[in-house]
Formats: sequence, C-alpha cells, structure tokens
Amino acid sequence: MRVALVYAGLIAYFLVVAYPLLWMVISSFKSTEEIFNHSWSLPHTWLFENYVTAWNSGISSYFLNSVMVTGLTCILTVLVSALGAYGLSRFDFRGKAFILVICLGGLMLSPQVSLIPLYNIIQKLGIYNTHWALILPYVAYRIPLTILLIRAYFLSIPKELEEAARLDGCTNLGILFRIFIPMSKPILLTTTILTAYYTWNEFMFAIIFIDDDSLRTIPAGLMQFRDALQTDWGVLLSGLTISAAPIVILFLFMQKYFIRGIASGSVK
Amino acid sequence: MIKLDKFVPYLYLLPALVFLLLVYIPIFQNIGDSLYNWSTFSPNKAFVGLDNYFTLFNDPVFYEALKNNILYAVISIVFQVFGGLIVAAVLEDKLIRKFSPIFRTVYFLPVVVSMTVIALLFSFFYNPEVGLLNQFLKMIGLNNLALPWLGDSDTAIYAVIAVSQWQSIGYIAMLYIVSIQKISPELYEAAEMDGANKIKTFFHITVPETKEMTFVAVILTLTGAFTVFNEPYILTGGGPGTSSEVLSTYLYKTAFSKDMMGYASAIATVILIITLLISLVQMKIFKTGKED
Repeated sequence: MRVALVYAGLIAYFLVVAYPLLWMVISSFKSTEEIFNHSWSLPHTWLFENYVTAWNSGISSYFLNSVMVTGLTCILTVLVSALGAYGLSRFDFRGKAFILVICLGGLMLSPQVSLIPLYNIIQKLGIYNTHWALILPYVAYRIPLTILLIRAYFLSIPKELEEAARLDGCTNLGILFRIFIPMSKPILLTTTILTAYYTWNEFMFAIIFIDDDSLRTIPAGLMQFRDALQTDWGVLLSGLTISAAPIVILFLFMQKYFIRGIASGSVK
Repeated sequence: MIKLDKFVPYLYLLPALVFLLLVYIPIFQNIGDSLYNWSTFSPNKAFVGLDNYFTLFNDPVFYEALKNNILYAVISIVFQVFGGLIVAAVLEDKLIRKFSPIFRTVYFLPVVVSMTVIALLFSFFYNPEVGLLNQFLKMIGLNNLALPWLGDSDTAIYAVIAVSQWQSIGYIAMLYIVSIQKISPELYEAAEMDGANKIKTFFHITVPETKEMTFVAVILTLTGAFTVFNEPYILTGGGPGTSSEVLSTYLYKTAFSKDMMGYASAIATVILIITLLISLVQMKIFKTGKED
C-alpha cells in the first residue's frame, strides 16, 4: 500500500516534468489555432513545415553560431586548462599555492558582478559584436572548474610512467601530449561536455555582448525569434525544440559523463 | 639551461592566467566604477564617492529586488534541497531502485534544457486565456484559481520562482543520489535488522550521512537565488511594475536601459558582497565539516 503511494508520487512528479516537454514537442507540429483550441490533444495533421519555417526564419543562423561558439569555447577551454593542470600537477615552483587559490577563487565569482567592466573591456579589445566577445569570457569562466577537475585526474597518474618516458628522451610537452592527455580521456570528455552544456545555454552575455542579429547564439536569438513571431506559436515551439535538442541528445547519450562532471564539480 | 627550466611551469599556466584576467580585472574595475557617475557615451566620469551606495540604500526598488531574491532563496531551499533529498532517497530505496533509472533520467531532463527555452515555454503555460495552467485549473473545477499569473503583481514573482523549482529539483536530487550511493549499505542493513522503518532510517542514516552534500546544495541554491537572471528577465522582465524585479534584472536595466553605469556597478558590488559572504560561510563550514 505504502509502496503504491510512493509510486503514485513518483509518477505524478514524472508527469509534471515530462508533460511540459512532451507538450512542447507535440504542439510544435500544430497550427496556432489548434494549440489554442485543442491544447491537450495530438495534432490533427502533423505540420512538419513548422520546422522548416522556424529553421528558415532565423533558427538556422542562431544554430550555426551556437555550434561555432560552443566548439571553439570547448577546444580552447580544455586545451588551456590541460596545460594549466599539467603545470599545477607535475611541477613544484614558487607561487604554486597562490595560483591554485586564484583558480579556485574563480569558482565563487558570478558573471553579473563583472558584466559592466567586461562589456567595456570587450569594446576596448575591439571584439564587441563578434563571436570572440562570447568565446573569450566563456573560456575565462570555465577555466577554474576545468583546471581543477583535470588537475585532480592528472594527480592520479603514476609518476613512474612519466619517469620512464623521460628516460626515453621525452620532453615535458611530449609527456603531456603522449601520456597525460591520452590517459585522461574520461575527464577530458566530461569537461568538454560540461563546457558545451554551459556554452550552448548561456544567456546573459549572449544578449549583451552581441548586437547583430546574424551573429546571435540560440538563447539570445530565441528572444528575437519570439518578438518576431508573437502570434505563430507552432513555429515558435519548433524553434524551441530545435534549440533544446542537441544538449538533450548529448545528455541522453553521455549521461554517465554528465552526472560525473556535475557531481565532482559541485563537491570540489 | 637549468635557469630556463625554472620558467617552464609558468609557461604552462600562462594561457590560463591570461584568461583569468577576464574574471578578476572586472571585479576590481567594478568596485572602482561604482564610485563614479558615468554613462557609456559620456567621455567623463564624475567622482561621487559613496553617493551611489547612499542612493541605493534609499531606493525602494532595490529593497523590492533584494526581498524577491530572499524569497527566491527561501523557497528554493525548501523545494530544491529538501525536495531533492526526498526524491533522491526514494529513488535509491531498494524497492524502487529497479525502475529508478528511467525516473532519474526524466527528472534530470529540465536541467539540460536551457532556461531560455524553459522560460519561453512556461510563458505559454501561464497565458491567462489559452495557457495550460489555467485550462487545467478550470478542468478540475478551481475556476477562481485561474489567475493571470505573470500579469498580476501579487503572483508574478511566485510564478517565476516556480519555474526555477521545476527546472532545478532534478539537479539537486542527482547530487544527492551520487552522495547516497556512497553510503555504506551495511548501515541500512543494520537499521533494517534493528527494525527501523523507512522514515526512521531516512532521518537517522540518510540525512546525517549526506550532511556534506546538504551544505553544498544549500550553497549552490543560495548562490543561484541571489544571482538569478534568466527566469525573471524572460518571463516578466521584472514586472508588472517592479514586482518581480531581482538584483540582476535591476542591474541590467539600470546599466543597459537607463545607462546609469555607476549606479549599476554599485548594485553589482552588492551582489558580489552577498555571494562572497555565502562562499565564506561555505569555506568555514567545510573546514569544520572536515574536523569531525
């Protein structure tokens, strides 16, 4: 009896979470009129052209911009962090503890506090209204967590491997790229996924540091899209579905890495 | 040759440190900026000392925003931390565990969907005439509860907060699941042998054994509540009036609509102080947490 009650609760919560997302997908195939009058039912005829309309009225460009910004941010973040993590995990040098604190401290600072000065810096650098205006701050804000996660992994790689490689004449850089990086694939994958997740969904910088509609990423572009298509709910919902799809698919395929990253990122 | 070696570790860290300048310089710059009156287009900054802060502390909108952030924090702790723990404990119970992967995956889905998509989606649900929420309320006979949720200054902030809960409970629940999985099964077996029921086991084993995660969850939730931007910005823009304004949306408006950059910097400093205080508490608690 009690177990049944618990299951009822779980299923109720399941519906509360799943139904809105399901409604989004189902309604994206309806006409506005049908969404208004038959909100709860399946589409009478499936309007696949909603997706074509959404794609052609802006989503395609937002999507490609997001792909580009996310891709570059991931590559730069993981590369720069791997170099930094290597420096922090395999050398003893003056100021090491201080640099570690600087990296840790970055985790506590929220982007809102930096918004206005960052806006000015970006203008002074001459990158306002370019994709770099997003990529550089994104990389900067992802580096603290990424360095810490990669460093923890690097620390667990046995020193003997490194010494053996050194005897064979391997340089520092060689050790990083031939031993550390290949051995750290799981954590590199985890941090890449976390960076992609953050970048694909980031909204505040995306609406402020880019002004030109043709350069907007998906989260900022959707606002434009809504304003332009106030009355066309079906197309708007298709746009939302297209925007959510990549990360949802990535999550469904890479659950293990997603959860591992989020869990270790929160504890450290 | 040996001398050159000394620089090697710094070279590895150099790119990261250059990027980190983008995180650290603005923090100090912002504090300096808050002592001036200036706008993006005016060439001159007028030094005003702490004037912006005095104005801020007499600004009713600031207090309304702060109050909404506090409301956000309180409600989020109840729903996300307590709710998340209960969801996790139920999913990890051995009677449920067989089916829990599917529940877990679905509960976590809103976390990966961006808040932009979710907020736009919920603006459909909250639509007073054709939105799902009011249709549902009418369907089950609660006609007088069918309100213009986002358009009423009494309900707007709650409607916004509800969306955040909907998205984030799964996140905290997932953290608790990871934490519960680390508890030694012998503890549960021993409790079962002693004849403790589920609720007793929950309070005597699960709650204390996940104490560390509770601290983390509280800190994450608090920080989130004091820096929230997307949900109120997209759903209500802080309105109607200023009824759902939070510090971040007020900062954004002051800076980018009213072009009062100095005043906006002062708001940013307040956010900095609040979030740093939360972090300090976190560090302190973690130290004490490690001692016992």
